[in-house]
Amino acid sequence: MGFLVAQFLSGLAHASSLFLVAAGLSIIFGVTRIVNFAHGSFYMLGAFVAYSLADRLSGALGFWGAVAGAAVFAGLLGVAVEVLLLRRLYRSPELFQLLATFGLVLVVQDLALAIWGPEDLLGPRAPGLEGIVRILGRPFPQYDLLLIALGPAVLGLLWLLFHRTRWGILVRAATEDREMTGALGVKQTRLFTSVLFLGTALAGLAGALQVPREAANLQMDINIVVEAFVVVVIGGMGSVAGAFLASLLIGQLQAFGILIFPQVTLVLVFLVMALVLVVRPYGLLGRPQAVPRAGHAPETPIAPASQGARIAWAAALAVLLALPLAVGDYALVVLTEVFVLALFASSLHFAMGPGGMVSFGHAAYFGLGAYGAGLLMKHLGAGMVPGLIAAPLAAGLGALVFGWFCVRLSGVYLAMLTLAFAQIVWSVAFQWYSVTGGDNGILGVWPAAWAAPKWAFYYLSLVLAGGGIYLLRRVIFSPFGYALRAGRDSPLRSDAIGIPVKRHQWAAFTLSGAAAGLAGGLYAYSKGSVFPNLISISTSVDALVMVLLGGVQTLTGPIVGAAVFHGLETEMVRHTDYWRLLLGVAIIAMVLVFPQGVVGALERLRPRRPGQAREEAVAR
Amino acid sequence: MTVSRRMVLGSSVAAVLAVGLAGQALAADPVRIGEINSYTGLPAFTIPYRNGWELAVEEINAKGGVLGGRKIVVVSRDDNGKPDDAVRIANELVTAEKVHLLAGTFFSHIGLAVSDFAKQNKTLFIAAEPLTDAITWEKGNRYTFRLRPSNYMQAAMLVEEAAKLPAKRWATVAPNYEYGQSAVAVFKELLKAKRPDVEFVTEQWPAQGKIDAGSTAQALAAGNPDAIFNVTFGPDLSKFVREGTLRGLFEGKPVVSLLTGEPEYLDPLKGEAPEGWIVTGYPWDQIDTAEHKAFLAAYQKKFNDYPRLGSIVGYVTMKTAAAALERAGSTDAEKLVDAMQGLKVDTPLGAITYRGSDHQATLGAYVGKIAVKGGRGVMTDWRYADGAAYLPPDEVVAKRRPQ
Amino acid sequence: MSILQVRDLTKSFGGVQAVRGVSFEVGAGELLALIGPNGAGKTTCFNMLNGQIRPDRGSVTLEGRDLTGLSPRRIWRMGVGRTFQITATYASMTVRENVQMVLLSRHRRLFDLWRPAASEYVDEALDLLEQVGMRPQADRPCGVLAYGDVKRVELAMALASEPRLLLMDEPTAGMAPKERIELMALTAELVRRRGVAVLFTEHDMDVVFAHAHRIIVLSRGALIASGPPPVVRDDPDVQEVYLGSGAMFAKEGAA
Repeated sequence: MGFLVAQFLSGLAHASSLFLVAAGLSIIFGVTRIVNFAHGSFYMLGAFVAYSLADRLSGALGFWGAVAGAAVFAGLLGVAVEVLLLRRLYRSPELFQLLATFGLVLVVQDLALAIWGPEDLLGPRAPGLEGIVRILGRPFPQYDLLLIALGPAVLGLLWLLFHRTRWGILVRAATEDREMTGALGVKQTRLFTSVLFLGTALAGLAGALQVPREAANLQMDINIVVEAFVVVVIGGMGSVAGAFLASLLIGQLQAFGILIFPQVTLVLVFLVMALVLVVRPYGLLGRPQAVPRAGHAPETPIAPASQGARIAWAAALAVLLALPLAVGDYALVVLTEVFVLALFASSLHFAMGPGGMVSFGHAAYFGLGAYGAGLLMKHLGAGMVPGLIAAPLAAGLGALVFGWFCVRLSGVYLAMLTLAFAQIVWSVAFQWYSVTGGDNGILGVWPAAWAAPKWAFYYLSLVLAGGGIYLLRRVIFSPFGYALRAGRDSPLRSDAIGIPVKRHQWAAFTLSGAAAGLAGGLYAYSKGSVFPNLISISTSVDALVMVLLGGVQTLTGPIVGAAVFHGLETEMVRHTDYWRLLLGVAIIAMVLVFPQGVVGALERLRPRRPGQAREEAVAR
Repeated sequence: MTVSRRMVLGSSVAAVLAVGLAGQALAADPVRIGEINSYTGLPAFTIPYRNGWELAVEEINAKGGVLGGRKIVVVSRDDNGKPDDAVRIANELVTAEKVHLLAGTFFSHIGLAVSDFAKQNKTLFIAAEPLTDAITWEKGNRYTFRLRPSNYMQAAMLVEEAAKLPAKRWATVAPNYEYGQSAVAVFKELLKAKRPDVEFVTEQWPAQGKIDAGSTAQALAAGNPDAIFNVTFGPDLSKFVREGTLRGLFEGKPVVSLLTGEPEYLDPLKGEAPEGWIVTGYPWDQIDTAEHKAFLAAYQKKFNDYPRLGSIVGYVTMKTAAAALERAGSTDAEKLVDAMQGLKVDTPLGAITYRGSDHQATLGAYVGKIAVKGGRGVMTDWRYADGAAYLPPDEVVAKRRPQ
Repeated sequence: MSILQVRDLTKSFGGVQAVRGVSFEVGAGELLALIGPNGAGKTTCFNMLNGQIRPDRGSVTLEGRDLTGLSPRRIWRMGVGRTFQITATYASMTVRENVQMVLLSRHRRLFDLWRPAASEYVDEALDLLEQVGMRPQADRPCGVLAYGDVKRVELAMALASEPRLLLMDEPTAGMAPKERIELMALTAELVRRRGVAVLFTEHDMDVVFAHAHRIIVLSRGALIASGPPPVVRDDPDVQEVYLGSGAMFAKEGAA
């Protein structure tokens, strides 16, 4: 009995820390609609700053001063980020800010490393709360009791703030309907800035409060941000009370989950998230999202490549075909990867752009393709050709199953459900050692002898990835693709003209998954091995970054995005240890210079198409 | 961090200059070694490691290099903590940088990816740090050799101590992936063999980097074990130690813990290092053999810092490469691989041999207890456990390696 | 011969009867206006006809075929077109492509993955745009059109499905008075030529009385009057209902 109570209390303490981070994230998303990937970075900085301050100040006052100072520091940093960066992106396509915050994550990682060094930093315990109390005979840390009290206290304070102050009422109004708040004459920018302060300060506070529990370390940002997103989504985006409920749920789930299924704790939270989203598509206390915010320009109609563009494509293809004569093997290896990633990014773009379904877990299908090929080799000794056939089939099958659930949702909830499925696939690959080889992966997935030379595999990838991209493009221009975009532009109208929107989305999701699977299969043979990291969140994020970087509203965007991102990363890694910093800065710079993505910006520079010229004439 | 970066640049420039000067005299190209490790992913481990190999390269080149005056040039790359990136880099190093052999890696999966690449490309690969048994056994290949004592060896060293304890009821806590799983499996198997009377009552498998330490400690305590075998490390370990100590989990219970005595893991715990834990590690400040003293002095002089275990590994990795090159008398990959079989290398920890049967070096580890002195954790009552004593005999491993 | 027959249509929401036993018919080429004060049940009635809401009781038949409780998609396939109060066109497509989209659906080509959609049914689409006076703007993106033009595109889209019945929810909402008259005149002309039945709701009584052939009036969910405009205008029950809201004969309507 005492044991169960102690376990329950531990769950509560965990829930409280989680709630502080998640509440900040939820408030920021609710008002600004920014998916703040860098939220974990503020948490990590909170811990590091608190460590440093507590190291210099002494005594009880010093420790609590350090905690408060870290929270304020994180908040001010949030303000700086809003003013200098995010503010310029509110009119960009949806999710574009995610790209900026991703750049920020990279920058903060390297800055923290440069400032605090590589070692874990174990800070002091909280003065006065170092000891334990006995609860039903079981020892329980005093500090954890404080945390348990803190969660509800912060929830109460936030409630007062949102219901008893004019600022809070405005924030709530903005959460419900941003445009209307603008119409009320509220200074939107100031509101956003203050919301960023509150949200990031909460993250910093949560990080600072972890100092007595764990060493400040450089993995804190990534470790917390995904969990915080899970909590926010389970609770319902924008709902602080929902975040609280969800934190309690996750906290208890982990406390008792490790007793019942110690092996599956990794996947348990994602299973729960998937379950919640299937039953309650907007989380426990969330409400249907308002129509994606207006403000950014609608996508321009797609048009088949012009004469000039066709010539350019043909020329590019000719150059790529001739290249093996001119460059060394390593260049071919990198270009092969670019082809594969371009197909991967194009598959994600197919779902995100025309399909209107943002996936945060597209790595699942990339990985299923790679594992499809790898497992066939490992267990049946199959060669490359059957492997490359199995790859899109395995991934397509996965997408067919997961897609059935996903297309029932929309927006960020859909995105988070794809993430949940990806994490489930990842944990299966990671932990089912006897079948997948666990994190030791599958080795020996090398190409057939005829494709083994670098130039041969280069051509194979060019043909398959190029062919895959061509097919996706062809589908976008087909009646199916048009119906897909129709369903995205106006589901109501589409339903009224006989388009089965969900079925189209489901088919598109499956097709997109299969294309990602082909990319994954090719990738496996280009590397000779398959590891769970192909399914990890960072692979999904990479794909997302490539699509957004290129421009989600363009068709060539993913190809350019893949080339730019992969090219930058491989080159920077070769030349400096601080490649994350440089890559992050490069991404932020590109976000600021090309707020529609690289290709989107180029299209704006290009001479107008005849249709646009006519449009001008008509408008006059 | 900044310092070491500059060091790398500095040392490469120095090497290039040295080569330029030497080139006029000897007309010999340098030997190029491709090196891959998780420098941004795990800086706390890999930067001391890099210092180690830099020191070795400096010493080797100062003595005139290898193969009759050829200098060693190391082309080092960060693998970003991803096996697929590591394979691309291996490609780059072999095809663009024309390196003669590959070395490095920390994570087991990255080591395996590179070892398979080495097999495919018929290039020698000296796996410096990955611990997985698979790299020398189930997935072993002709071109891959591993330096650091494997998971199996370190678990076997601890089993020797664990078997002496009166404890009968054991609990285990390990990160939930191959490293943790195989460490626990080996520990159980070997301990059961020595002590058929023990039973394992509780297992906890926290996710790597995400331990819910309070709950885990309580769950372990609930099993009422006599002793605990720990495999967690890094931030998980410090959390586990804090929460466990606070809850009295370790009172009167011996804890046997893998790697915890290595400075990389022990130092961040500072004064809270768990006293009495039986660990494998590296008491760098207490080893007074001549070869270690020489290493320690050179290291401290060059970096103004003390060595971690990674420094030893990095140092010996390059010494191994030099020894192999000398023994092969060539940079030819096949000759290098042949030379690696049974190669003897003098190290700061004593002489080691790369076994011909499974390509595992006989480098050992120090087994001892943790104590707190002067506000930091140190190892006491330690002894050097020679790796050769903890490896299964040749005919046993032969069965575990692919033919 | 009537195209649409509605019998005893009834719907309640949580105990509140939104529509009570409504019955009416619409004939070919006829424009029937459905009016009533706010909250009278017009929208509920409409949504039961187009399939978005399932009636509790009653039947809807189109040329003898039962539509009751079918999904919007099925109902559309059986020949019921509609326009929306708040325009819903495809902003990322050109005007012509919007119409082509409907044609592709009508011809059951939605799962064609291969042929370029933009070159399908071009003439038919342009012909329809010609009829609504939008052909000169066929290649403009729909997202940049003036509001009145979007309404015309919607009309072309509705006609592209060759409907037997056209449901128009507030077809002139948000338009300038002159545009309203033009649009309704155009609609009347097109449906007359094609023999389509039209049921529309409208706030603007000028539009209603100028264009409707017949009017039915809902109040609190029940049909209180029906007949040609002059008859309805003089109906005392209708005047009673509208005096309450004061909207019926106000010069500019109650928009």
